[in-house]
Amino acid sequence: MLRFIAPLLIFGLIAAFFFVGLDRDPTKLPSALIDKPAPAFTLPQLHQPEQSFSPEQMKGKVWLLNVWASWCAACRTEHPLFMELSRKGVPLYGLNYKDKRKDALQWLQQLGNPYRVSVSDFTGDVGIDYGVYGVPETFVIDKQGIIRYKHVGPISRQDWENTIEPIIKELQG
Amino acid sequence: MKRILLAVVFAATVTPVTAKEAEPLEDPVYQERFEALTKELRCLKCQNQTIFDSKAGLADDLRRQIREQMYQGKSDEEIVDYLVARYGDFVRYRPDFKASTLFLWVGPFLFLVIGIAMLVHQIRKRRSVEDVAPLSEEEAKRVRALIDTQGGEKN
Repeated sequence: MLRFIAPLLIFGLIAAFFFVGLDRDPTKLPSALIDKPAPAFTLPQLHQPEQSFSPEQMKGKVWLLNVWASWCAACRTEHPLFMELSRKGVPLYGLNYKDKRKDALQWLQQLGNPYRVSVSDFTGDVGIDYGVYGVPETFVIDKQGIIRYKHVGPISRQDWENTIEPIIKELQG
Repeated sequence: MKRILLAVVFAATVTPVTAKEAEPLEDPVYQERFEALTKELRCLKCQNQTIFDSKAGLADDLRRQIREQMYQGKSDEEIVDYLVARYGDFVRYRPDFKASTLFLWVGPFLFLVIGIAMLVHQIRKRRSVEDVAPLSEEEAKRVRALIDTQGGEKN
């Protein structure tokens, strides 16, 4: 009996392993920064470069840091949702990653600006500090300035309603 | 003559530096270290390439960071720690041996051991079949009798 069951069992195990693997996106990496303090930076604001912005200013608030760029095609996918969220008062802040100021401003003017503030990371150094490897990426940062969640790739309505919004609600709680 | 010479010297110094990233570091010792280190690190953007040979923009930035940190006198270990803190163990082709990477390191040997165990088991089983004692005289007689009766029925 065992001689029939054993191969079946082994096959089942391997099949289950591969089946789970099918559904996993190898470009989505676990972030090393979850539950760690959001790396500090001081960068010029995109709209008023003479003014700076740093995460320090956001202490006491739950907020979202979205890494975007005008050259990033996937950023357009999540943009309409962001416009909607911004109208609802979701605190979206932008990290304009390795972009030209002119292009970034034009992008926002054409599509609308969902961000309360965007900052310019021309060199991508802040991006490296945040472990950014693909744009767009979005970080949920809590009142203590701790990164609580990271989303890689465009945020879909489903991602927002099922995952991100509940996390924000809980953190704001 | 002097003028021409001067022009040549000027032309040589003004030559624009292109392909800055591919340019080796001035110090060959640094260059060797830089190559060895960046070949051990995975480019997060094109995951099957090292930071050394990836052409992704991110790899460019990381190479710049690594070079700068080397010049600041950081050790290889410090630089790797810097990257792991930001990108996780995935950035390394050979991550540290610890609980979360245990299966990665031990897994192949585990399968090897399982395979060998199964093979040994099979071989033993086969040998035990071969080792069956020869028939005793009485048994042989019975077998012959059985064959004969069966043959008889057919006729």
